[in-house]
Amino acid sequence: MSDCGRCFEPGIARGPIGPYGDDVGMFGRGGPGRRRVEPEGSEPLPSPGSPSPPGERLGSSRTGTSALSACALSKRFGDRVAFCDVSFEIGHGEVFGFLGPNGAGKTTTVRTLGTLIAPTSGSATIAGMPLTPENGVEIRRRISIMPESPGLYLRLSVVENLECFAELYGTPDPTDNIDRALRAVNLVDRAGDACGTLSKGLRQRVALARALLSDPEILFLDEPTAGLDPVAAREVHELIVALSRSGVTIFLTTHRLEEAERLCDRVAILNTTLRTIGRPAQLRDQLFARTLTVKTLAPLGDPGQVFGGLPAVDGWRQTGPVAYVLTVSDAAVAAPSVTRALVKAGADVLSISESHHSLEDVYLELIDEDETMRAG
Amino acid sequence: MSVNSRRVRAIVRKDLRDFRRNRSLAVGMAIIPVLFCVQPLVTVFTLDPAAAPALGHEHVLLYMLGIPALVPTFVAAYSVVGERQQGTLEPVLTTPIRREELLLGKALAALLPSLAVAYVVFGLFLAGVKLFAASAVASALIRPPDLLAQLFFTPLLAGWSIWVAILISTRSNDIRVAQQFAVLASLPSIAVTTLAGLSVIRVSLVAGLVAAAALLLLNWIGWRVVSRLFDREQLIIGTR
Repeated sequence: MSDCGRCFEPGIARGPIGPYGDDVGMFGRGGPGRRRVEPEGSEPLPSPGSPSPPGERLGSSRTGTSALSACALSKRFGDRVAFCDVSFEIGHGEVFGFLGPNGAGKTTTVRTLGTLIAPTSGSATIAGMPLTPENGVEIRRRISIMPESPGLYLRLSVVENLECFAELYGTPDPTDNIDRALRAVNLVDRAGDACGTLSKGLRQRVALARALLSDPEILFLDEPTAGLDPVAAREVHELIVALSRSGVTIFLTTHRLEEAERLCDRVAILNTTLRTIGRPAQLRDQLFARTLTVKTLAPLGDPGQVFGGLPAVDGWRQTGPVAYVLTVSDAAVAAPSVTRALVKAGADVLSISESHHSLEDVYLELIDEDETMRAG
Repeated sequence: MSVNSRRVRAIVRKDLRDFRRNRSLAVGMAIIPVLFCVQPLVTVFTLDPAAAPALGHEHVLLYMLGIPALVPTFVAAYSVVGERQQGTLEPVLTTPIRREELLLGKALAALLPSLAVAYVVFGLFLAGVKLFAASAVASALIRPPDLLAQLFFTPLLAGWSIWVAILISTRSNDIRVAQQFAVLASLPSIAVTTLAGLSVIRVSLVAGLVAAAALLLLNWIGWRVVSRLFDREQLIIGTR
């Protein structure tokens, strides 16, 4: 765990969270269902013995410490801020999504954590090693980075590329490691092909195989499915899950929000500063209130009387002549009572549906807010 | 600081494979020494046997040391900026390799084909002289001390050119610019060997030993200096 005194407990979000606290009425600023996100809203990583929600693989149990932690990490290039005051902790075997728009500082963060560039300020611990110039070689021995661009030697064959990197990583049995890596990305039959003859998607898979050669503790994946067809992307997803289950910590940078939502135990959204961090579902709940959308055949005579005082209904507003959005604390409780109230009022109900917000909604909401603030 | 020979070998092997399949580099390495030999060969072939006694007091063969000074510049100047431009430098730098190891591997990968080219071209030059020049001229020209000088100074001069070219390569953003500057930087070495070949610079055993020791030292200093100036961050983010 970080000891800089400015950091959070393991797994708890820090970093500058935007000013979401404005009192903006029933539905909040930015549209219906929007909620305030509190800096302390993220929960700590589960303890080794605590049950994880289905499909989640959080844990810091391997050594009792986090696999990766950053504390107030910043990088400037002259006057330009690449990223600023970034803090987080990642547990062993966790799939951590790192999201943000182009130029947000994601790749620079990965490069900094990968010892390729030095931070301007702040500290980090990677695979148990403090991020210092002296520890660079040892850190790089324990991690692996798949950069955004595959960066293959195009005149060399797939296996020649992997041979080179297996030697650079000092793997004890390069042939075995190469074989396993090729099988993991389904490229055994293309091992002898020159990389220059491969499609973009296949090159991406070679780069992924290269990243697997060293059996890393932490694997940084920068857009691993960019350019892959859906089948190949699904294979990569399965590989990520399998790696995570085997205890590899995955730091996943992606623009594919559905990918992050499906794969990541937690996500962080970076836009130079860390905007938020947490489980995707938790972020949705923090940012957006649960709502029911009601559509009727004809406008209600007195909607206030119909919706007022119903259990689990916190508020309502009319969004169209025959459409109403209700803010609810529990949709399962609210929906039946709303239905009964509508029937009692003699309304012809066309539909009652619960609004679903995706990670994309969270992302767009936060980034839009940044843009608005900058414009303002 | 210890050097991991396995990582150095990995870079050398990879680079040699890459060079072998890079036609433009291979052609560049082969053509330059051939062009370098044409004029001296024509001159030697047309020399009158009467000129042989005068040749016996000169060290014309030292002129051929310009080849190892020139040939590796193309490959060495390509070594860092080339990788950077094709996007392969970053993956390499994410491995545990130290910059000293990377640069040593790069230098050896440039040195080996350069030595092969320099020795082969020199051998062909000698064969041509032996076969087509007047026998008195050939005897006056081909003398054991000059052959020894060629043998020992070829790697030393190539090494120096390589470190200068790699230094330029680490500070450049463009392969062609790097190669042009590297060729320019090799000109002083070529000038010295040419002047020695023309006997403008007096050649002796002591001078040769001092020059060899100096070049050996320069090669070691070159490795250390280039390693010190190798800036991962600048090379990765690409602002220079």
